[in-house]
Amino acid sequence: MNLFKKKIIPEQSTGISFTKKRIRWDDFFAEKIIKGVAFLSIAIIVLIFFFVFRESVPIFTSNSKADKAKADSSKVNIAPVSKTEKQETYGAESNDSSPKQEQYGVTTEDKDQKQEQYGVTTEEPQKQEQYGVQTNDEPKQEQYGVQTAEDTTDKLANKEIKTENPSVETKTEDNNKNALATLKSKDWQPVSDNPRYGILPLLIGTLKVTLISILFAGPLAILAALYTAVFANKRMKEIIKPAIEMLAGFPSVVIGFFALMVIASVLQSVFHYSSRLNAFVGGIAMGLAAIPVIFTIAEDAISSVPKTYYEASLALGANKWQTAFFVMLPAATPGIFAALLLGIGRVFGETMIALMATGNAALMGLNPFESVRTLAATIGAEMAEVVFGDTHYNVLFLIGSMLFIFTFALNAFAEFYVKGHLIKRIQGK
Amino acid sequence: MIKNRKIDIKGFVIEGLTLSSALFIIAIIIFMLVVIINGGKSAFSWEFLSTFPREGMTKGGIFPAIYGTALLVIIMSIAAVPFGTITAIYLTEYAKENSFLSRSIRFAVRTLAVIPSIIFGLFGLGFFIKFVGVKMDNVFLGGALKWGQPNVLWASLTMALLTLPVVIVAVEEALKTIPRELREASLALGATKWQTIRRVVIPGSLSGIMTGTILAVSRGAGEVAPILFTGAAYYLATLPHALSDQFMVLGYHIYVMTTQSANVDQTLPIQFGTTCVLLLLTFTLNIFAIILRYRIRKKKIN
Amino acid sequence: MKNFKINTENLYLHYGSKLALNNISLAIPEKKVTAFIGPSGCGKSTYLRTLNRMNDLIDSVKIEGNITIDGINIYDKNIDVVNLRKKVGMVFQKSNPFAKSIFENVAYGPRINGINDKKQLTEIVEQSLQNAAIWDEVKDRLNDSALGLSGGQQQRLCIARTMAVNPEIILMDEPASALDPLSTSKIEELIVQLKENYTIVIVTHNMQQAARVSDLTAFFYLGELIEFDKTKKIFTNPEKKQTEDYITGRFG
Repeated sequence: MNLFKKKIIPEQSTGISFTKKRIRWDDFFAEKIIKGVAFLSIAIIVLIFFFVFRESVPIFTSNSKADKAKADSSKVNIAPVSKTEKQETYGAESNDSSPKQEQYGVTTEDKDQKQEQYGVTTEEPQKQEQYGVQTNDEPKQEQYGVQTAEDTTDKLANKEIKTENPSVETKTEDNNKNALATLKSKDWQPVSDNPRYGILPLLIGTLKVTLISILFAGPLAILAALYTAVFANKRMKEIIKPAIEMLAGFPSVVIGFFALMVIASVLQSVFHYSSRLNAFVGGIAMGLAAIPVIFTIAEDAISSVPKTYYEASLALGANKWQTAFFVMLPAATPGIFAALLLGIGRVFGETMIALMATGNAALMGLNPFESVRTLAATIGAEMAEVVFGDTHYNVLFLIGSMLFIFTFALNAFAEFYVKGHLIKRIQGK
Repeated sequence: MIKNRKIDIKGFVIEGLTLSSALFIIAIIIFMLVVIINGGKSAFSWEFLSTFPREGMTKGGIFPAIYGTALLVIIMSIAAVPFGTITAIYLTEYAKENSFLSRSIRFAVRTLAVIPSIIFGLFGLGFFIKFVGVKMDNVFLGGALKWGQPNVLWASLTMALLTLPVVIVAVEEALKTIPRELREASLALGATKWQTIRRVVIPGSLSGIMTGTILAVSRGAGEVAPILFTGAAYYLATLPHALSDQFMVLGYHIYVMTTQSANVDQTLPIQFGTTCVLLLLTFTLNIFAIILRYRIRKKKIN
Repeated sequence: MKNFKINTENLYLHYGSKLALNNISLAIPEKKVTAFIGPSGCGKSTYLRTLNRMNDLIDSVKIEGNITIDGINIYDKNIDVVNLRKKVGMVFQKSNPFAKSIFENVAYGPRINGINDKKQLTEIVEQSLQNAAIWDEVKDRLNDSALGLSGGQQQRLCIARTMAVNPEIILMDEPASALDPLSTSKIEELIVQLKENYTIVIVTHNMQQAARVSDLTAFFYLGELIEFDKTKKIFTNPEKKQTEDYITGRFG
């Protein structure tokens, strides 16, 4: 055996140094930085809460001095401005109170709500599209946020973001009070001489679509999960599980496109309804988006049922399907329930599919074959053409806050419910 | 014995029912793929991928949308991947199990994962654009309007928040496959915690970081709602060359083109083509991620 | 006067509310092999881990009493634990090489200590691998992954890795329990050689192994030190009846 010469390996613990605690700066800073960054994730949720709510608050405080101050300062700013009042908008130029031109969604004639026709616009095709919205006869091409030449010099002179002029300013105050009053009404017509912000039709639209999607996706996904978790052999499992989970990789705009192009036509030829894009089509499409969510969680829940349940049932003489339906499925109920809840959450806030497949008309009937407008689609469609600080803007943020609270509560409930039940089961209750 | 046969049929039917559900779902997936690829293949050409759209989107290509998408996901990844990796490292290496902080962080991450994507758009607007951007304008530009409006920077940061949970989960999964004994061995040799993380843990988690990045990129390329009003535009004559520019992006392009394009028949092939490109892109990325994830899980079992 | 390297006085250890070590007092001499034996769960591994403060990694552990190395109390709050572990190395029950090359595994310790010069590292790695009696087997594949080695080779690699940091004490927690007889005997040979330069403490559930390699043996049972004496005496003429019962296999 080799005799080792210890001298070659140098003394590395530096003698008796372990008696004094050394400060290791890299270790110290690494820990602080890592902890800090991780903590940020909580901060983000808080920030989202805060900033989304912040923009909806003005509706409730429409009498505040802040509005008065705004009115005052805007007086100062107005002086050098050109004659045509330019407002800062998030998109198209809009003249103050003329009815909006037909956008890719809602027509805003007061009398009747036209449902969206695919592809129809009333503009000439050659117009430069700004921010996705067709703009019509205006003197200048207004881009988002970019002020025209006249305004830029004013911009540099003013320290504040332009707001509307005083006469419109007080209108905003009134608008805010009005908004609060009309929230419960049955009309969603934010862009008109008499704006009404009734959320009810939007809520009903969302509920219709959600219901249809869960009725479609729920049973399908749960049965598929049952098969994968109980009946399938290993090889089938390895094929089916990833295949269904690939559905989660489809961007919702692609599903919306597919719904718009294919599903709408197919279903129309089957059911012969009049409006091509409606809650039913949207619901089925959203169901496609919900399937992977429900499937993954339900499959996980059923697989987590202890194998001993399965074996005990078989040992008592039950066969596979009896075991699956009367033992495994009930045992996995908390998880399956959570799966459905999360599927609902996924659909409730889905925007793109709603924008592309539901018809975008804020109607309130119970007929699944008429067009609807969902909450999320409203935000998505209208935020681009809204004036910053306007009542409409605030109401949209309010809707956003509602969506946020809803999904937050749903998620929290699903978590605690499932945890509660699992703990009960472990404790043997 | 006749009785047994009856029950068998019932069982067969039920098992068949569940199997058909699974197969039905897969059939829909395949159908979607086929329809879209079939509709889009006529538009596919090198010109399509490398030139600008012309004549009101009826001719030409979608290069700026591809470019914009790439730009978006690159900036998004630069923001989200380090952030997510560090958070995952905290959760597995530093957090005491069941401490209030670690449970809160996990809850926050799960909440982030279920927030509707449009809310992120609202946050991007209300926070990044109207708060941070405006403040930046006030401080650096004396109030001129540059950062206080939608652009590729804010859109990318917004998207980064959306994909953060994806990165965190993927990295954590990989970190958990590193056995405790390796960390112990390192510490027993006189390494500090940070040295252990740097030399043993992080190298062992690279596969997870890659998986997380790929999944995040796939999400980021496909989501549209967060960028509807934080930076995406339908037609720009030039490519974005600064962080304060707006940009075109595949998903948004599809959305606008299909819902309000004037010449439906003429733009149809381009619509399908663009959708095809986006779908193939996300699909391929997802497959890579699944393979990676499979390998990570296999390693864990061993 | 014998030079006691590690001196333990009245050590109590709790896992939460459970008492795992009950009033252990033990003086381990330097440059000898001391073995801890006893049935499963008797606390020998737990005690071993207190000697390099690896128990610090477990939150619920509480320690009272005194452990001194070279006269210095290692549980004093001024102690730099990181440096302590460079002085007291550990080899684990299941070999745990890093997912790196053989060279990098052994070079890990020196690199941590700031030695990055290629030439120096090569010298250290070679010497350590020779000291661990594995040099001949791996000298041609130093850049191969360590995970490609057999179980016995991996364990000897881990021993080499420990030695590369130049400790004074090497703790071994059942180092050969997962190995085949041939590898086991190689490691036992190694241990006997190592004691010339290192103080070795080895935990083993294999009594014959303890009898073969150690100079002193301590018998633990249910968290208590029952008897501690020269190995020869323990195995031929133990004082306590419990020790005798265990040695003769009446319980295990």
